[in-house]
Amino acid sequence: MNIHHKAPNSIPSPLTSADDHRFNPFPRRRVAITGGTSGLGLALVRELLNRGADVAFVARSRERVKRVVQELSDAHGIVGDVSRKEDIHPIAMQIVGALGGLDVLINNASDLGSAPLKLLADTECEDFERALATNVLGPFRLTKALLGSLAASAREGRESVVVNVSSDAAVNTYPRWGAYGASKAALLHLSRIWDEELSLEGVRVLSLDPGDMDTPLHAAAVPDADRSTLKRPEMAARELADAVAAVLSRRASESDLGSNSDSEVVVKEEIG
Amino acid sequence: MIAASLPVQRPSNAKALIVDGQGHIKHQARSEFVNLLRPGDVVVANDAATLPASLSGRHSRTGRRIEVRLAGRDSLDDVSQFSAVAFGEGDFRTRTESRSNPPALIPGDRLELGLLRATVTRLLNHPRFILLQFEGSQREIGEGLARHGRPVQYAHLPTPLEVWDTWTQIAGPPVAFEPPSAGFVLDWNMLASMRARKIRFGTITHAAGLSSTGDPELDALLPFAEPYRIPRSTALMIRHAQASHGRIIAIGTTVVRALEHSAAMFDGVVQSGEWLATQRLDASSKLSIVDAILSGTHERGTSHYELLRAFVDDEILGCIDQELNARDYRTHEFGDSVFLERAANRTRPSAQPSVAP
Repeated sequence: MNIHHKAPNSIPSPLTSADDHRFNPFPRRRVAITGGTSGLGLALVRELLNRGADVAFVARSRERVKRVVQELSDAHGIVGDVSRKEDIHPIAMQIVGALGGLDVLINNASDLGSAPLKLLADTECEDFERALATNVLGPFRLTKALLGSLAASAREGRESVVVNVSSDAAVNTYPRWGAYGASKAALLHLSRIWDEELSLEGVRVLSLDPGDMDTPLHAAAVPDADRSTLKRPEMAARELADAVAAVLSRRASESDLGSNSDSEVVVKEEIG
Repeated sequence: MIAASLPVQRPSNAKALIVDGQGHIKHQARSEFVNLLRPGDVVVANDAATLPASLSGRHSRTGRRIEVRLAGRDSLDDVSQFSAVAFGEGDFRTRTESRSNPPALIPGDRLELGLLRATVTRLLNHPRFILLQFEGSQREIGEGLARHGRPVQYAHLPTPLEVWDTWTQIAGPPVAFEPPSAGFVLDWNMLASMRARKIRFGTITHAAGLSSTGDPELDALLPFAEPYRIPRSTALMIRHAQASHGRIIAIGTTVVRALEHSAAMFDGVVQSGEWLATQRLDASSKLSIVDAILSGTHERGTSHYELLRAFVDDEILGCIDQELNARDYRTHEFGDSVFLERAANRTRPSAQPSVAP
């Protein structure tokens, strides 16, 4: 798991397997995941449900949302397209309505721009626009619409985290990955700035690169890839969940969660 | 006063009329609101997001068009039952007071509202004020409201309001029926300024109801009962400020209603938890928690105006009205603001406002 934008000592290391049974911060945490019906998103829904989180997920296809909910009945399925401005508030309303608040938002839904991939000069403007709408404006708008809930959670002494799923294409210049790479670079920079600005509100914004995974998006980008060399989305989901857990655990540890009552924690956070 | 006709939450020329505890009036740019605050003060705002509470559809029994505006709820979490005000043909371009009546409604009537289906379970002592029961799971109803609902519209605005026009920057749970519009003043930069000056900021969630129904009889009943939730952090912040002589500043009338309701139930102490505010605040109310309010500019006779009478005497309110009119303050949801400190002769008393059981 590559964490792009922080000096190594500013992000806690993912928990080791020995730590796993010591403290799991996810029970009762309210988590929303976009792009939750395939690839990394679906693996995250499964992983975080297994860790005890209350999970809502968003995806465009009603049929696929329905199918995932049939399999994972504890998850809250929401139909919506984060690239559409008109969908953002209905999505935010349903997330907060279903979960009763929000602690973790994972902006995972991504669009390649053009598939198959094309040289930037051959990329249609509309394809570039769609990549920007899904990969940059969508996370920006959804985070903004949910920021009141995330900040409210932080005021209650619960760490709030936004994860923007990134890619090494955000920092490396891969030919034919222009629309995707440029949009992910913008998302990375947005994450860096927002993390600086929101830290005082108690909201962390992370940019996490899960690595090359065996997902439908990767297959669309590189149809002839050797799948055996690609990371399983389940593995990437575990790593990403560990990285988020480390942030949540650090806040819990800082405020001695577990040894004090909740109200004492809040006193420390808000009054102390 | 003149109607604010653009849905801009923080216009650069927004004004604030300030009244201090001695009744002195002055004017300043609203963007300088933070300068009115002191270290140790606690600012409390309502973080309710605004539901798109206007639902259009068909009255099944007659086939006639109908609009219902959700107006009240007993719980912040349940989305299956709401009180609602019904309207007949027409849209927001017609003033609420001039809208045609809906078809005569009787218990058992069904309404088709987009994908939503609802039944009129009873009339609430008025032919247009009904209790609605929605069909389906909480998820299905939540999706139906989010997708089919439109924000309650205002005839004084030239273009329809979009949902994002009605959400404050701090909007969280979607439980209000109209925007808690005093909170439009807040942005994240202002919250950072408060923090830098050691002014604490907390929220409550209060299901702000309709500000007007278009019917004098119903308007006389406003505000309806409204559920609210006070988080632990906000309750503690208030207690801490009280102990250290910090002021409690309410952003909007709903915050006053919630905090004073809680204090009235718990011997003058604001407690965390969810409750149903039933009281009406007016000139006879003794405020025990809130020291000052930032609010919109309200018109005489409205329930919001009545609440301001709990802060200052009628003589001062009269002076305020004159100043607002003389200086062309803008009124309604996207208008200018007033900041009223509780009059010095209205000190924190031991008497509590009455609370219906």
